[in-house]
Amino acid sequence: MTAFGRLVARDLRLALRQGGDAATVIAFFVLTVILFPFGVGPEPEILRRIAPGVLWVTALLAALLSLERIFHADYEDGSLEALALMPLPLEAQVLAKCLAHWLLTGLPLTIIAPLLALFLHLEREAYPVLVLGMALGTPSLTLIGAIGAALTLGARRGGVLLSLLVLPLYIPVLIFGAAACEAAIAGLTPRPHLMLLAALLALAAPLTPFAAAAAVRQALE
Amino acid sequence: MVPVSHRCSGPPPTASLDGLGCPPSEAVFLWAGPLSWHDPADLARSDRMLPPPVSATPPAFAGSGLACRRGERLVFAGLDFAIVAGDALLLTGPNGSGKSSLLRLMAGLTPPESGSLAWDGGAITEDPGAHRARLHFIGHQDALKPGLTAAEMLGFWAGMRGATNVLPALQRFRLASLADWPCRLLSAGQRRRVALARLVASAAPLWLLDEPMSGLDAEAMATLTAVIEEHRSGGGRIALSTHAPLPLAGAATLSLADFQPRRGG
Repeated sequence: MTAFGRLVARDLRLALRQGGDAATVIAFFVLTVILFPFGVGPEPEILRRIAPGVLWVTALLAALLSLERIFHADYEDGSLEALALMPLPLEAQVLAKCLAHWLLTGLPLTIIAPLLALFLHLEREAYPVLVLGMALGTPSLTLIGAIGAALTLGARRGGVLLSLLVLPLYIPVLIFGAAACEAAIAGLTPRPHLMLLAALLALAAPLTPFAAAAAVRQALE
Repeated sequence: MVPVSHRCSGPPPTASLDGLGCPPSEAVFLWAGPLSWHDPADLARSDRMLPPPVSATPPAFAGSGLACRRGERLVFAGLDFAIVAGDALLLTGPNGSGKSSLLRLMAGLTPPESGSLAWDGGAITEDPGAHRARLHFIGHQDALKPGLTAAEMLGFWAGMRGATNVLPALQRFRLASLADWPCRLLSAGQRRRVALARLVASAAPLWLLDEPMSGLDAEAMATLTAVIEEHRSGGGRIALSTHAPLPLAGAATLSLADFQPRRGG
C-alpha cells in the first residue's frame, strides 16, 4: 500500500474503531432535519417548498460539526508533527485526510439525504439532482473546511472560530446545491448548477491542500 | 541513446558550452541532437572525472550561525554544530535553553531566525523532501493513537516510510507480547518504547531524539543505548537532548547554555 493509502486507511480505522464519531454526524443530520416539521408545522406544501434548502443547510452544519477531527486529535498527540516529517508531502497527506473525512461524513450524508427528503415531501424529480449535488458539493465542504480546521489548530475555543471562518466560504456550495434542486422542481435543467458545483470541486481539490498544509506547518512551528 | 535526464546531471564538462550562453534546456537540445560532438560514453566518463566538490571540512550535517526565536524571546544565537557520520551530539542545558527548539530546527519543523543548516554541503531548505526522508524525529509526544494497537501503530509509522517488517523492532524493545494491546492500555514507559521502536523499524541516517530516555526503565535504557551505538557504527548520525549523562562512546556534547543571548546586550 502506498503512504497515501496507509494514511486514508488509518483515519478510517480510527474513526470506525471509535464508532461514535462517524455516527454523531449522521445522527445530527437526521435529528436536525426532523426538527423542521415540528418547527414549521406538518403541511406538505410548506415542507416541500423549504426541503432543498433545509437539507443543504443541515448537511452543511453536520459537515461543519466534524471538521475539527481532521487535524485536531493528531495535533494534540504529536502525530501531526510526526506526519509533517514523513517523506510524503504534507499537501498529499492533507488530501488523504480529506478523502478519509469525506468517506466518513460527506458520503453517508449523500446516501441518507434522499431518505430524509421523504420526510420533507421533496418533489420526486429533485431526488437524483439532490444526490448528485451532494456528491459534488460535500467534497468541497470537506476541502474548504480543512483550511479552517488547520488555521484554528492550537487556538482556544477553536470550534466557534472554525465556524466563523468556514461558514461564509460554504455559501457558494449552498447556493448552487439548493438551486440545482429548485431548478429540477421548477422543470428547468439543473445542469448549470451542478456544473458550477463540479467547478468548485475542481478548484478546491488541487488548491485547498496547499493552503491547509501551509496552515498546519504554521501551527507546528 | 542516453536519456536526456542523464545528460542534464552534473555541470557541463566543457567551457565551450558555457560560452554559448544557452539556458539549460537549449543546451540539452544541442547535446541530444545529431550535432552532439560527444560520444555518450565519453560524456559519462568526463562526468565521472570531475573532481568532487571541494570543502575544507568532511561531509557533515552542520549548522552555522543558528539563532532561534520563540515568540518574542531569542532562545539561542550564534550556534554552530557539525555531526559527521557515526557521530552523536548530546544537547544539554537547563530547561528552556532551547534543546527541543534546536532539534526542531534540525528537523526543519521550524525555520531558523538566522543561520543555515546543511547536509553534506547542501542546504536542507533546497530539498526539504530529501531531508524529511533521511531523518527520524522522536519528539516529546509519542504520536500514538489510544484506539490502535502497538503493532498497528508501529506498522503505520514504518509504512509511511516504506518499511513493512515491524516484528523485529517490537521484539527489540520487548514489546512482542504487547503487540496486540491498544495503546491506551500501555504505561508511559511502554508507550515510549513503541515510539522508539520506529527507529529500528525503518532506516534513516539521521536521528533527532528529544529526551528519548524519559520514562524508560534500566533495561530499556540499555536497549536504547545499544540501538544508538549500532546506528552509529553503521555510519548513522544522532542528535539527542538529555538531562542524564549517557554512556555513548566519544559523543560530543553541546551545552545550549553557552549560546544564550546576553540580556539587554
